[in-house]
Formats: sequence, structure tokens, C-alpha cells
Amino acid sequence: MKSEEYSERIVDVNGWQCRLTSYKLGDVYHCHADNVSPGANLARTTGATKEEAEQKALDRAAGMLARTKRQEL
Amino acid sequence: MASYAHPETLVSTDWVAEHQNDPKVRLVEVDVDTKSYDEGHVPNAIAWAWNSQLADTVRRDILSQQQFEELMSNSGIAPDTTVVIYGDNNNWFAAWAFWQMKIYGHRDVRLMNGGRKKWLSEGREVSTEAPKPAATEYKATAADLSLRSFLPQVQSAVSAKAVALVDVRSPAEFTGEILAPPGLPETCQRGGHIPGARSIPWGKAVNEDGTFKSYDELKAVYGGEGIDGSRPIISYCRIGERSSHSWFVLKYLLGLENVTNYDGSWTEWGNLVGAPVEKGAAQATAKA
Repeated sequence: MKSEEYSERIVDVNGWQCRLTSYKLGDVYHCHADNVSPGANLARTTGATKEEAEQKALDRAAGMLARTKRQEL
Repeated sequence: MASYAHPETLVSTDWVAEHQNDPKVRLVEVDVDTKSYDEGHVPNAIAWAWNSQLADTVRRDILSQQQFEELMSNSGIAPDTTVVIYGDNNNWFAAWAFWQMKIYGHRDVRLMNGGRKKWLSEGREVSTEAPKPAATEYKATAADLSLRSFLPQVQSAVSAKAVALVDVRSPAEFTGEILAPPGLPETCQRGGHIPGARSIPWGKAVNEDGTFKSYDELKAVYGGEGIDGSRPIISYCRIGERSSHSWFVLKYLLGLENVTNYDGSWTEWGNLVGAPVEKGAAQATAKA
């Protein structure tokens, strides 16, 4: 099989940047979420549609990002 | 435009596509997310899990020589095998694997430029079959520790202001605004950076498609922060994988001598009792 419909987009999640990388392998849509800077992985999900996979990744990423606190300098 | 100092350490996705069935080549995927391989990978690639197969998790260390030899043997790798490593996150942990292979003296190891991201974005063939290579009896050389910095070396070098420290974490980690990459566990007690370090995030070395920037662009990125090889260079991040990526750039693409990776990185320094830490932006440039 070949990778299809590869796309990337960056969204704001409660003040944090989150990149959603999506592609289709066979009949399954895959989505990875990362935190853009530095680019660490937050979630990896699948779905029957791109939208479903992205929403799952976004939900998980939001839960993880909510745990990060900004320190006072 | 100048070429990389060691262009033989990089291969393109086209090259990999042409050599994926070459018996002299072993393709290895090393991901941050160790489950990514199972989704689909470059045909004939095997996988190494960075957090179990490329680390001694009991000692918090890289592989011992014996562990390394076992991994190579079980991966069907001989000393004359061309090993091509790639992975997600623009090759973060692929570079970590590359670094360990150089520590143990493997002659021909290369990174696939652009990593997994580029392979997928180009719509190339992927497979879910995991090859089972015939085992070898690999013998490594003793560890070349000139490629690695340990805490005492970093401490003495910082005290003597004798090195160029390259902090490759994100700007927010460097200043101390956050203690770990957003969304990840906070594994240090303090934020900030090692005194005197320059902030050159790993991502400044790559293009949008994940490939490395040109020699001239890289020289400008690092040279602009005073990282020009006139002093020994130590790269660090949080746990040593992003800094492996920058170590590769500095040593093999720019060809600078005396570059080491401090894999203890911020999870070691940031937890030390009594160690000095700077917060906020970097001080005046090292090249002033």
C-alpha cells in the first residue's frame, strides 16, 4: 500500500501550538499530533475518516497540553 | 554552494527506494513513537525501539558493547553492512541510533534525509511486514567516548569557559518558561539552561520537508551564534536525542571537529544539587 492524502496543519490548543499530521494507509486514516516547538509527539490515532482521526488526536493532545504549566521567570 | 563535509552519511528517499531490496543494506526505523512502525514502514525495514533496544534502562545509559553487539547480530548486521536509519520527528531517535553506531565503530551508517515524514509525504510504498533477518555474530570496537560528554566534563568545561555549549531545546525550555516540552512530563526540578549555552533549537537545521538545510545555511545558523569549531562543542537537550540530531549536523554535515553529545542533558543538569543555571534569554553572544 501507499501513503495517501498526507497533510499537516497547525492549530491552537488553549494557547499551545499543535500540529496535526494526517495520512491514509489502506482504508485507515492515521493522525499524529505534536507540540510544534520542539515537535514532540503527543498522540497517535486512527479513524475511518480524516476528521475522526484528527479529532481523536486533538482531544488527546489537549488533555496532555493542559498539564503543562508556564513558569514565572 | 558548498557541499556537506560528509555527504556519504546521508541518503535520499529515492536512494532508499532503489536499495530497499539490496542485501548489503539494512534499513532500520527508529521512532519516538515506537508504535509508528506497525502502521506501515519502508518495505524491508526493521525497527529498533529507542526506549528499550537502544538504551540500558536500568543504568540510564547507552547500550554496553555487549548489548550493542547483540542488537546488531539480531538485526542481521555485519561490520560491512550499510545501515540506513530513519524515523519520525525528523530523525530525532534515528540520529540517536546513528550516534551509538559511531560510538561502537560501525563504518557505514547513514540517515535517510527527511526521515519517515518525507517518505510518507511523497506517497511511497509502505509495508506492515516485519522482516526477520538471519542473525550474524557482530563484533564492535570499544566505545569511542570522544563522541560523548559526561557530567564531570561538562562541569569542568563550563567552569573554565572552555567549550561552546549548544542547547537545542525549544526557546521556552531554554529560558525556563517550561520545564519540559509542552504536554510531556516535567522531569526536572528547575527550568533554564547551562550557563553560557547558546540557544539553537534542533529545528533550525531542517527544512519544511524534514530534510537538512544546505551546508551554507547550516554554517550561517551555527556560525551566527559563534559555533564555528574554534572551541570544542557540546550539544545537549533534555534526554540526548534531539542533541544527537544537532551533533550529527555539526560533525558530519558541517564537519566540525571535537563535537560531543551530552546525553545526560537537562534531565541531569536540571536536577543537580548546587549546579548553576541561567534563566531567560542567552547572554551576549559567545563570539563577542
